[in-house]
Amino acid sequence: MSLSRKTAVAGVYEHPTRFAPDKSMFQIMAESVRGALDDAGLTIKDVNGLCTAGIGMSGMGIVGLCDYLNLTPNFVDSTSIGGSSFVAHTAHAAAAIHAGLCDVCVVVYGSTAASSRFAIGTGGERGGAGDPCDQYEIPFGPTTVGAYAMIAQRHMHDYGTTSAQLAEIAVTTRLHASMNPAAKYRDPITLEDVLASRIISSPLHLLDCCIISDGGGALVITSAERACDLKKKPVYVLGAGETVRHAARGQRDFLEIAAAQSGRLAFERAGVAHKDIDMAMIYDSFTITVLATLENLGFCKRGEGGAFVSGGRLRFDGEFPINTDGGGLSSNHPGMRGIFLVIEAAKQLRGECGARQVKDCKIALVHGTGGTLGTRHSGATLILGNQ
Amino acid sequence: MAEQAQAKKYSKPLPHLDEENRPWWEALQRHELYLQKCRDCGDVRYYPRALCTNCMSSQVQWIKCSGRGKVYTFTTTYQNQSPGFRESLPYIMAYVELEEGVKMLTNLVDCPPEQAKIGMPVEVVFEDVTPAVTLVKFRPAR
Repeated sequence: MSLSRKTAVAGVYEHPTRFAPDKSMFQIMAESVRGALDDAGLTIKDVNGLCTAGIGMSGMGIVGLCDYLNLTPNFVDSTSIGGSSFVAHTAHAAAAIHAGLCDVCVVVYGSTAASSRFAIGTGGERGGAGDPCDQYEIPFGPTTVGAYAMIAQRHMHDYGTTSAQLAEIAVTTRLHASMNPAAKYRDPITLEDVLASRIISSPLHLLDCCIISDGGGALVITSAERACDLKKKPVYVLGAGETVRHAARGQRDFLEIAAAQSGRLAFERAGVAHKDIDMAMIYDSFTITVLATLENLGFCKRGEGGAFVSGGRLRFDGEFPINTDGGGLSSNHPGMRGIFLVIEAAKQLRGECGARQVKDCKIALVHGTGGTLGTRHSGATLILGNQ
Repeated sequence: MAEQAQAKKYSKPLPHLDEENRPWWEALQRHELYLQKCRDCGDVRYYPRALCTNCMSSQVQWIKCSGRGKVYTFTTTYQNQSPGFRESLPYIMAYVELEEGVKMLTNLVDCPPEQAKIGMPVEVVFEDVTPAVTLVKFRPAR
């Protein structure tokens, strides 16, 4: 059963806040839902599906969100696989709509990580610390940044990838942020700035790491047929894939990541080729995340990522534009940024990105990574198109 | 009482011991490093668990490790705000690939950051951090 072009993203909204000490996570989420419904030309009364992740510790936070929004949906999904969750939710919502489980599904995210002073990447012991696997990691001081840094170190060792090549990703992303009025950090940076910033966990510098902000966003997903009658040009779901990677009983090749499998599935299901992709939104928790993801998605060969990201290729006006909103490296990263990847891809496909608009953008790829590449992570790939 | 005093002094996170993993931690207390191997299919696994991660058999044997391996990858951490680690910066976290073929997350000790290299031969060090818990760490092979 192919889902291609059966459903569409009909509305999107990125909450403009980057620091909201005056707002709760729930208020940010509700404002985001309202924004995305306005964008689609729908109301809360039309919504009968809801997806979210990251609320509270009970695992059933979505029920509290339904309460807050006064919703009694026919379909709920709070799959929580890290920052990629909302990319996976988009595919789950598409499948649910196609299967007749609901008609209009909202995917929503909100967080007050910055105003709550939550040290996302360097707080040491991470969530899920009661799982069996954690017992063999927490004694040794794993941090999120450290677990990614080990991937960078190995990549450099095996392929001669340099810190300057990783820095190109940060520089390009900041250039894009400079064209996004809502981005948190908008002053351009240079390769030298990245290389001169302090090492957080070798070989990653401060400017190789995503920022910490507050924020939120929402998507409205419905059938392609219904989307055609709504306010904005539909952004069709062409294909999707998801999976996880972990230590594989101690036998994993750590440079092979979830994107290899989720990307292959998404391309097969969408029936498109790499050359058809006009722009990509790649989860950029760290610069190495982008490089490893591009290789594993097959945009370049393994080991060639350093050269691939160099020379301005990733710029909005380059050969392979990515992360045109300024990414997690410069625009916003409230902890789980997958939803912003889908929002920006949809805006690009609708031609709404102004100065940073990618020319002739017809097909976009979104890839979310959740968790850490160096221990356990999920990958969710989504291919979207405007025709 | 002495146990409590020592546990209090050691402020880094400790593993949770249960019936499934206790033999592994007890061996470490004796300064012995073991891995599980499936009696049915022969697959070797780390970390220890009740069922084979290849064929789901419950038949397990423990194989004693040489304690030697090589650094697969590492990072020197300069920022970690959690108790115990923020006082011991910088420290080196690494995956060590044992001679028996599995990779373990660990710390490199007795190794200045500038000496750490991928592929570097290392040997096991048993660090008794509390009366109940001994951690497996590695140092440059001598």
